[in-house]
Amino acid sequence: MHPIRKKRLTIVVFLMAGIAIAVGLTTYALRQNINLFYDPTQIAAGEAPTDVRIRAGGMVEEGSVQRESDSLKVQFRVTDYSASVPVQYDGILPDLFAEGQGVVAMGRLNSEGLFVADQVLAKHDENYMPPEVADSLERAEKSRADAEKAAQSASY
Amino acid sequence: MWQFFHKLGSPKWFYGIATRFMPWLLVAGLMLLLAGLVWGLAFAPKDYLQGNSYRIIFIHVPTAFLAQSMYIMMAAAGVVTLVWRMKLADVFVKAVAPVGLVFTFLSLFTGAVWGKPTWGTWWIWDARLTSMLILLFLYGGVIALDRAINDEKSAARAVAVLVLVGVVNIPIIKYSVEWWNTLHQPATLKLTEEPSMPTEMLVPLLLSIAGLYLLFGWLACLRMKTEILVREQRTRWVKDMIMAGGR
Amino acid sequence: MAFDSFSAFLAMEGHGPYVWTCYAVFVVFVAGMMFWSARRNRAVIEGCKRRFEQQQGTSGQDVRQKASATFTRVEVSQD
Repeated sequence: MHPIRKKRLTIVVFLMAGIAIAVGLTTYALRQNINLFYDPTQIAAGEAPTDVRIRAGGMVEEGSVQRESDSLKVQFRVTDYSASVPVQYDGILPDLFAEGQGVVAMGRLNSEGLFVADQVLAKHDENYMPPEVADSLERAEKSRADAEKAAQSASY
Repeated sequence: MWQFFHKLGSPKWFYGIATRFMPWLLVAGLMLLLAGLVWGLAFAPKDYLQGNSYRIIFIHVPTAFLAQSMYIMMAAAGVVTLVWRMKLADVFVKAVAPVGLVFTFLSLFTGAVWGKPTWGTWWIWDARLTSMLILLFLYGGVIALDRAINDEKSAARAVAVLVLVGVVNIPIIKYSVEWWNTLHQPATLKLTEEPSMPTEMLVPLLLSIAGLYLLFGWLACLRMKTEILVREQRTRWVKDMIMAGGR
Repeated sequence: MAFDSFSAFLAMEGHGPYVWTCYAVFVVFVAGMMFWSARRNRAVIEGCKRRFEQQQGTSGQDVRQKASATFTRVEVSQD
């Protein structure tokens, strides 16, 4: 390669490396601001500020959803399987909202540790499958659990 | 290899090659895209969770994928412009930037329309959506900067530097869903792992990505040819070709 | 076919407006971009052709007839 071109190439490489490092350090320093939400572990550890509008995200705990019969008020727990936060919400939930599904709630954490949400968004994962496949997966999961239970009781 | 590389720098040589390949790119691209979209719309099974709204994926993912890979190609061309001062590389950047702008817009638009029924919102400032919006502004910036500078050579260099500065955004877009927590789900198509999609959904998606890629190839050739004509209109070969009825 | 009828295909179980809006916008933008790129390419070629013909005209014999062509010459924008 021509020496001038080699020199230019070196400059380009250094320029890009410099920018990459600068941007990398900036985004690393701002990572908590770039994160869209606090997960339940962070909230349980007291990392999330109280009485400030924040977002909390995680999975809706199975069996935790309690709806009030005379209003849209709903209470549920959001978990990341190591900690969970109670959430209260008054409004229309997205179609995809269900137990075991991901959610991102926006609202304030009050001093009792209850998260009062004014907006709840559904978060889904990257897995797509036809309904029949999902059904058979669920059935397989259930029969596996049943078999495990049977094996456990048999061993007693 | 270097000989091929320098040949590639010749606008005349490229013009001939592009003219030869363009019909094939157009026909194959349209057929693959049409097959992928019809299959995805009418024949692929619906999703167990999202129902039919997930069918937007067959245009959302191809446009987002193209928008990002086009930017990477533009960055490679930017290096060639800065280091080798090859005119054709600059022609490529100028011809392709508006296409990138349109594809980025389409991926943002389809994402917003998809987000409304699934997430419950058109827009959220999470890392993935924001970095994609930055990509839109980068494409817009490249076009604007190119138009703002009259001198062809200085415009080429300035644009190349801007493209290279912006390329750090590409890994941020790609890994935003893994480095930070976002509302946007992680990628369905992965380079190293199995895709998290069954074959009857995956095949139409891959077909439409391939089809859009070929159509982009056609568009890039056509727009590069136009740009070459504008720049080389005073040369002998352009005159000979056009007077001979060449396209 | 994943749908029982054509109306079910259009309705998409309530997601029709979202899905069809996306596909329509996509088709309009991609087709539009292809069309405009092809049109501009043709305009540039025509512009060059006219200029070359005119050059040949002025250097050749039929000056008066070709001179009128300058008024109809389309100036192609450089962007």
